[in-house]
Amino acid sequence: MHGMTENIMAVLLLINLALTASSRLAGCIGLVAMQGIAIGLLPLFSQEGFTPRGFFLAGFVVILKGVFFPRLLTNTIRNASVRREVEPFVGYGFSLMIGTALTAVSFWLGTRLPLPSSPAGMSLVLPGAISTILIGLFLIVSRKKAVTQVLGYLVMENGIAAFGLAVVSKIPLLIELGILLDAFVAIFVMAIMIYHISREFDHMDVDQLSTLKG
Amino acid sequence: MKLENICAYILALITAPLLLGAINRTKAFFAGRRGPPVFQAYRDIAKLMRKSAVYSGTTTWVFKAGPVAGLAAALLALMFMPLGGVHSLLSFNGDFLLVAYLLGVMRFCTVTAALDTGSSFEGMGASREVQFAAIAEPALLLGMIVVIRMTGQMSLTAGLNAFSSCLTAESGPTAILLLMAWFLVFLVENARIPFDDPNTHLELTMIHEVMVLDHGGPDFAFILYGAAIKLWILGALMVNLFVPAMTANPLVETAAVLAGMFLLAIVVGIIESSMARLRLLRVPQLLIAACAFSILALILVLR
Repeated sequence: MHGMTENIMAVLLLINLALTASSRLAGCIGLVAMQGIAIGLLPLFSQEGFTPRGFFLAGFVVILKGVFFPRLLTNTIRNASVRREVEPFVGYGFSLMIGTALTAVSFWLGTRLPLPSSPAGMSLVLPGAISTILIGLFLIVSRKKAVTQVLGYLVMENGIAAFGLAVVSKIPLLIELGILLDAFVAIFVMAIMIYHISREFDHMDVDQLSTLKG
Repeated sequence: MKLENICAYILALITAPLLLGAINRTKAFFAGRRGPPVFQAYRDIAKLMRKSAVYSGTTTWVFKAGPVAGLAAALLALMFMPLGGVHSLLSFNGDFLLVAYLLGVMRFCTVTAALDTGSSFEGMGASREVQFAAIAEPALLLGMIVVIRMTGQMSLTAGLNAFSSCLTAESGPTAILLLMAWFLVFLVENARIPFDDPNTHLELTMIHEVMVLDHGGPDFAFILYGAAIKLWILGALMVNLFVPAMTANPLVETAAVLAGMFLLAIVVGIIESSMARLRLLRVPQLLIAACAFSILALILVLR
């Protein structure tokens, strides 16, 4: 069972690195969707096990993060007709190096923060979750397009969810669903925002918003 | 130095050009052609050996020494490469580094010979080759550190032999990351498709081919054979990771490695048939990704 959790975490790490290096927005959305599905499968293989509650939670997360969010964002970029992030603040090669460095940092942090409740062998969980959070944050600050920033937010949320689903047992179901609903509303609002930005200005380059006069 | 080790070395020497034939046959199959015979590389080399070399008046001894020294470096590096459970001819603690830098010496010889011609095209190719090699080398060396760290063995033969027995469910991600990193290094070092097209003869896009344009006759045969040996060395590095050295029977081991090598050649052929060359600007990015895979594997091993 723990072997599976480790493998899912390794997949998360790889997707993080791929996200820092890819410029095609549709590809990025697909990667984030895959990450969401991987995270949805986590509760089945960790504390929850194959219980009805585990299945319900997993199904909910997979449908929301693997199907709803990607479709919402894909519709948005189709309406705004943007294909790729052209000029990020940090270039792709350099982003990849920073992503690797952030992963290394999160592994170091993982050794400094031993989890009291974790059984032996779950050692990839903490670094995987921290690196997902850090790389999500990095995507938000280093990219210009609004869609990529939303993706960064989603990746960060994925990191927090991975941490919670894999490590903390017995969160009341209502709270988990509440968090997911919050994320859902946030993505929904952001998608509408992006649509309006792109309709108003013919682009969704957030960088240029700072030149507006109020 | 036992008889079977010498036999394994000679087998590698003989079989190396066959891999090129296997790659070309796979490509021809996907293109719906019959393709050149599997032994075409041998015929090319034999034909070139019968010709005499022509040297330009502007070149010096560096140009003549390049192919010979390059082939010598490759042949020496091959001596450190085991064949499954059959040990290599030479082996000592730390020979990882020697093998990596013998391949570096080979590249240095090719590059200096290319620069010696004074042709601007060859200089361009040399500059590209060196630039990409500089990013590919960390990926190769960090991967070697991963093998050393996982097995605790300091020599190539012992390390590669012990690696497959170290594999558990825990170390699965590490092995896959290492394999991906080394596969990218394998493709770039042998000038295969997403990085360089071995068939191209358009000056602006060539990397490896452009450097050897002025060589002819036996010199070019040495270069072709050296490239085949390099393909074998880097391929054997990957295949040996996963061929277990459990049976004591050298014949079984050798057959397993040979099967692995031809599987690798077929995979390369499939990639070449299904992908286009990357834009030159994207090449360093993919190589940085290879380094990132190696670093991640190293982090997974170190923790």
